[in-house]
Amino acid sequence: MKLSGAKALVEALKKEKVEVIFGIPGGATLPIHDELRDAVEKGELRYVLGRHEQCVAHMADGYARASGKVGVCTATSGPGATNLVTGIANAYMDSSPIVAITGQVPKFMIGRDAFQEADIIGIATPITKYTFQPRSPSEIPLAVKAAFQIALTGRPGPVLIDVPRDVQTEEDEVEFPEKVEIRGLKAPTKSPHPLQVKRAAELLISAEQPIIIAGGGVILSGASRELIELAELLMVPVVTTLMGKGAIPENHPLCLGMIGMHGRGEANAAITKADVILAVGTRFSDRSVGRFDTFAQRAKIIHVDIDPAEIGKNVRADVPIVADARTALAAIKEAVLSVAAKKAGEESPWFKRVKELKEQFKDKYEADAPGIKPAKLVKLLRKLLPPDAILTTGVGQNQMWAAINFEVYQPRTFITSGGLGTMGFGFPAALGAKVAKPDKVVVDFDGDGSFLMTEQDLATSIAENIPVIVVIVNNSSLGMVRQWQDLMFGKRFMAVDLKWLPDFVKLAEAYGAHGVRVGSYEEFEAAVKEAMKAEVTTVIDVPVSPDEKVFPMVFPGRDLSEVTWG
Amino acid sequence: MASNRHVILALVEDKPGVLHRVSSLIRRRGFNIDTITVGATETKGISRITMTMAGDEKIVEQVVKQLAKLVDVVKVSRLKPEATVMRELAMVKVHAPNSQARTDIMQFVEIFRGHVVDASPDTLTIELSGDPEKIDAFLDIVKRYGIKELARTGVIAMQREKASKPGA
Repeated sequence: MKLSGAKALVEALKKEKVEVIFGIPGGATLPIHDELRDAVEKGELRYVLGRHEQCVAHMADGYARASGKVGVCTATSGPGATNLVTGIANAYMDSSPIVAITGQVPKFMIGRDAFQEADIIGIATPITKYTFQPRSPSEIPLAVKAAFQIALTGRPGPVLIDVPRDVQTEEDEVEFPEKVEIRGLKAPTKSPHPLQVKRAAELLISAEQPIIIAGGGVILSGASRELIELAELLMVPVVTTLMGKGAIPENHPLCLGMIGMHGRGEANAAITKADVILAVGTRFSDRSVGRFDTFAQRAKIIHVDIDPAEIGKNVRADVPIVADARTALAAIKEAVLSVAAKKAGEESPWFKRVKELKEQFKDKYEADAPGIKPAKLVKLLRKLLPPDAILTTGVGQNQMWAAINFEVYQPRTFITSGGLGTMGFGFPAALGAKVAKPDKVVVDFDGDGSFLMTEQDLATSIAENIPVIVVIVNNSSLGMVRQWQDLMFGKRFMAVDLKWLPDFVKLAEAYGAHGVRVGSYEEFEAAVKEAMKAEVTTVIDVPVSPDEKVFPMVFPGRDLSEVTWG
Repeated sequence: MASNRHVILALVEDKPGVLHRVSSLIRRRGFNIDTITVGATETKGISRITMTMAGDEKIVEQVVKQLAKLVDVVKVSRLKPEATVMRELAMVKVHAPNSQARTDIMQFVEIFRGHVVDASPDTLTIELSGDPEKIDAFLDIVKRYGIKELARTGVIAMQREKASKPGA
C-alpha cells in the first residue's frame, strides 16, 4: 500500500502495540506528529508531552523498567536529539529497552550543517545497541520491527531511529513484515551449557560458604522465582547489586541486601567470606565489587550472563555460563536435585554465621540523634507505602540511603540510575513508571540537587495527570560530592553548597502540585499519607543537615572488606 | 611484534556506517589495534575486516566478544598465527641518488621479489608484498638509503586449509 513515511512509522508503532509515546515535537518531526494526532484522537495510543527531551527519554526508561515493555520516546532533530542523549546513555548502561525516534533534516541537507542538524547517528552509536536511518518510507516498517526486536533481544538496550524529514512526507509502496531476520543479531544462548551447569551444581553442593549475587539481569529475565527456589533448596544466602534490588524480597531470611561501595555491612562481609559465588545477571561493576583484583579471591566464581562479553570482563569466572538467567537458574536447580544433594539445613554453620552477621550489623544503620536521619526516614517511608509501591531515586546520597535502607519486595519496584548515575533521573522515571502502572503508588526519593535538574517536568505531571510523590531529602548541597570532599579532601568544600535553592513547597504550588515541608517523622508520616490520597503530585520537602553522610562506605579502589562506618 | 600478534576476522554487513561502528567500539573500549583492512568477500553484501593487534589474551577475547555483539557484524573469528597466511602490500619510495645505490637497492628488490614501479633521478619506488615480517625486513635494509615515503596496506589474512602445504 502507498503510504507516507510518517504514516508508515505510526502504523508500525501501533503494530508493535505501543501504548504510549513520551515526546516533544519540533520542525523535523511535524509530519510524524500530524499522524500521531489522528492516532491519539482515535484513542489508539497516548502521547505524553514532556518539558525537556532528557526527561522524555527517562520517562520511556522508567516505563520500560516498571513494565518490562519497550519504552518509546521522540524528539526533533538537532538539540531535541542531543537532549535525548543522556537518557539514551542511561538506558544503555542499565540495559533498559527503549526506542528513541528522532527527526532529521531532509536527506539532501544532511552533512551541510543545516538548521537544527546534528549527526545523532554518530553521536548515539556508542550508547545504543543499534541505530537506523531509513532512507525511504518503505524502509520504515522494517526498521521499527527490527528496533523493537533488537531492544528486547538478549541483553536489552536502547535503539535509535533517525527519520529525515523528507522521508516522513514522501509516499512509497510500504509493506509491514510479520517478522524480520537480522543475520548479525545473534540469537541469545537461551539454554546453558549442560556441562557447566553440572559443574556449577557440584560447586554449590560442595561449598561450605556459598553465596548468590543477583544482578539486574535476574529482574530483566523474570527469574525471581527460580532464584528463590535455588537459594532455598541449598540454603544459600543472596546478596544483590544495586540493579538487582527486588530480585528477591529483601525481608526474605536468606537475603542480605545490597553489596558494594555503599553495600550493607552483612552483605559485604558475607561476600568476602564466601568460598563459592554464583553471580547471575551482573557485570561486576566497580561500584558493586570494589577492587577487581582482590574481589573474593578465595572464592570459585560461577558467572551466569546472557552477554558473553561480560564473562571475564571485570572479574574472572571459574565456571562461565552464557544463558538467560531464568533458564540457567532452573537448570542449576535441576542439576542440584539430580545429584541428590546434601541439603543444607537451617543448622549449617554458614547459615548460622549469616544470621549472626545480620544481627551484628542490625543497629549500625541508624544512630539516634536529633533531627531527621535519612536512613530512618527511608525505613519509615517503607512502612507507609504498600508493598508493591514503586520507588525511583535521584543520584547521590538520596539514592544510596534508599538502596541501603529501603526494603524492596517485588521485582521492577525499585528504579534507579545504576550505571550512568544520572542526577535528575528519579522524577521523570517516576512519571514513566506511573504511566506504566497507574494503579501503583509511585515515589521519587530524591535529593535537592538531583530534583532541580529535571523539576520542570512537574508541568508534565500536572498537565498529563500523572500523580506521583516526590520526597526531597534536602541538605541544600550536592551531598555526595560534599561527603567525598569531607572524607577524602580534608573538608575542603568546593562548589557543593546550593546556597540559593527555591522554596520547594512554593515551587510545587507554582506548577499546580501540592507542596509540603516537614520537620519531624510525625509530619512526614502525615504528609505521605495525605499524598497517597491526593490526585495530583505532591512534593514533600524534608530538610536535613548537610553533614549527614551515607554509611557504610567502602572507599573507591578498596576491597569490600574495608568498610567504614563513619 | 610477530610472536604475540593476533589476527581477528570480522564478516560485516556492507552498509554505510559499519566501519564507524567498528572503529567507534575499538576506540571506546580502549583497544589498540595495529592494522585494519576492509574489503569485499565472496558473498555479495558482506565485507571482510581483518584486524591485527598485539596484546594479552584477555584483551583480545574482549575485542572478539564486543565485536560479536555489534548487530552489523555477522561473524567474528580469530586466526591461529601459525596456521594463517598473512599478506600485506607496501609501497616505498627510497632515496637512490647514485648508480651504486640504485644497483644495490634493485638487487635487494630482486631478492625480496618486489618490483620497481617508478623511478626518478633521485628515487626508486618499490612495490613489495608478503607477510608483514618480510616487509619489515626489507624496510630495515633500505632504510639506510633514506625512506622518503612509505605506504602499507595493513594485513589481510586467511586460515590455511587442513591439508594444504605452506605457501612459497
